[in-house]
Amino acid sequence: MATLHSAPRFTQIDGLKDTLGGALGAHLLDVHEEHGELLFTVKRESIEDVLRILRDDHKYQQLMEIAGVDYPSRAERFEVVYMLLSLTTNNRIMVKCSASEDTLVPTATTLWPNAGWLEREVFDMYGVLFAGNTDLRRILTDYGFEGHPFRKDFPLTGYHELRYSEDEKRVVYEPVELAQDLRQFDFMSPWEGADYVLPGDEKADVPPVDEPKTTETPKDTGAGKKTDEHAADKVSAGAPAEEDGGENAPAPEPTEDQPARAEREGKTTDTAEATEPDTPDNDAGGPAPAAGKRKS
Amino acid sequence: MSHAMHLEESPTTGDEVITNYTINFGPQHPAAHGVLRMVMELDGEIIERIDPHVGLLHRGTEKLIEHKTYLQALPYFDRLDYCSPLAQEYSYVLAIEKLLNVEVPERAQYLRVLFAELTRICNHMLNIGAHVMDVGAMTPNLWVFELREDCMNFFERASGARMHSAWFRPGGVHQDVPEKLLVDIGNWVDGRLQELFGDAMSLVLDNRIFKQRNVDIAVVSKDDAVAWGFSGPMIRAAGIPWDLRKSQPYDVYERIEFDIPVGTNSDCYDRFVVRVKEVYESAKIIKQCLAQMPGGPICSDDRKVSPPKRAEMKQSMEALIHHFKLYTEGFHVPAGEVYVATESPKGEFGVYLVSDGSNKPYRCKIRPTAFSHLQAMDFMSRGHMLPDATAILGAIDVVFGECDR
Repeated sequence: MATLHSAPRFTQIDGLKDTLGGALGAHLLDVHEEHGELLFTVKRESIEDVLRILRDDHKYQQLMEIAGVDYPSRAERFEVVYMLLSLTTNNRIMVKCSASEDTLVPTATTLWPNAGWLEREVFDMYGVLFAGNTDLRRILTDYGFEGHPFRKDFPLTGYHELRYSEDEKRVVYEPVELAQDLRQFDFMSPWEGADYVLPGDEKADVPPVDEPKTTETPKDTGAGKKTDEHAADKVSAGAPAEEDGGENAPAPEPTEDQPARAEREGKTTDTAEATEPDTPDNDAGGPAPAAGKRKS
Repeated sequence: MSHAMHLEESPTTGDEVITNYTINFGPQHPAAHGVLRMVMELDGEIIERIDPHVGLLHRGTEKLIEHKTYLQALPYFDRLDYCSPLAQEYSYVLAIEKLLNVEVPERAQYLRVLFAELTRICNHMLNIGAHVMDVGAMTPNLWVFELREDCMNFFERASGARMHSAWFRPGGVHQDVPEKLLVDIGNWVDGRLQELFGDAMSLVLDNRIFKQRNVDIAVVSKDDAVAWGFSGPMIRAAGIPWDLRKSQPYDVYERIEFDIPVGTNSDCYDRFVVRVKEVYESAKIIKQCLAQMPGGPICSDDRKVSPPKRAEMKQSMEALIHHFKLYTEGFHVPAGEVYVATESPKGEFGVYLVSDGSNKPYRCKIRPTAFSHLQAMDFMSRGHMLPDATAILGAIDVVFGECDR
């Protein structure tokens, strides 16, 4: 695919995928290239070794970022992504490993001092634990915060809100209470994989009874010889239409026509003159010469 | 500041001896440039250890972005580093464009470069002014704030908003600029900027007090700067000519000539001077953009990404449908993940965008510039005096909207 976009263009090195893939050897699980960026998936246990190899042997001197991502449907739900930058070869790569709530990811603080805060952030937001990080405190959330807010199952509104209480003269924490529901506008087209039911469509797929009524056999509808025998029977005694006529009764008389409307007298409003301002001529009485079409 | 002093009897003279004590710098402190709390361990007035507590301005931007369509998420970027809004939008729109592989018209590329550089000037005006004020000078700050206000007026004339422009869009920019605005920017760069900024800096750069407060403060070696993940003026002050605009050019930066100022001593003074020089380089870039900018469209003509003109909507049913779909459902971005970083005024500002093919980002990790720099605050300040902490902090150029997200 030809590159049309104008995003940052770093040096593309021929054969880098194979070179680095070979260097990582058994640590490597998967490597793929998309949009000109290389993504290496490696074993969690060996992430520190991998990063050391990349830093020392392949000139990726800077660790720019560690990002956590949550995929709740996976067996190991978290991904930890390391963005590496080489100042000398002018290249970027991403290295990632998977993790879950109770696995330990080896720390990168032994390689880069700035990994400390980056790991703290991933821990704070996702609850990924890093073995060897000596200062794995929360970093962005409040003192005493519970839970890991960037997990997909953590509600956007959170669980606690805080406000200044005039009574107690201090800031108090309370369970979140919303005056109206959080409005989620999802305009995803229902033809292109929206995962919700449109209003009114709730009953579309689900039959309302355990055994749905069908008309597959005469028995289901009650039709048949036995029913035909009773066709002429009255449904109820003294029902007027059946008493009087039956099948030979004449059709009811048509209702009378409404009398034709009397013709309007005086000025009508659908002529040009009627909407024009009155001139002395018009006022003088009698139809103006131009108003020949008028019916009055 | 709250003090926790431990007083002991001196064994020899009977005087009171002050041992190590801990003070709380912030969270509300004018020199903290926002809500930063630093727990400082001092020996007398010498800093022994700093533990910066960040996150007091954490708003969960990344989580909010996951609940918005790609276009709705854009204004959040203005509100990260509120001193250089367009520079943050830049990384985000480029990340989307990279996933979509959409072509941006030339005029839009020039406009984006022009306004990114104007943002750089705007940002440096704030930082330079605040830095000199942190170390005791009042006047230059008032002067450079005039220039900052000029920049704000230009943003307003282009986008309608002084600060939160939301003007860069995937595929280009939102609206074309009036011709008169470009003329005025050109005149301003040649005239008022050079004059007023030159005057202000003549007061500062050779000032004895300013040098005493900044030279040889927080010297960081090249190796440390690399290891701590420094970027932007912080790494350039350490003598490494690393600038993403040059090394990994985006939009039309590769057609533009400019120099990368680097420091020699890697102290607070160098960081300051690097920023001052960058203002002049940005002025050069702006002039070249104005000279080279072609006419033509300012947004991609891919109607699945960028909306049609209003006039077109009056005539064409197709355009009306596109407009409706773009502003309700939004556009779908092909599945994939990219990390796109641009040179924001403060350093490398990156966006790691994961798309699952829907109309909302699955994950949008923002790489703030301040995180790595502020983390180095501890080792940069060790052994310095307490008042040096404000100079170091000023030279980092930290804004907490961006650091805490």
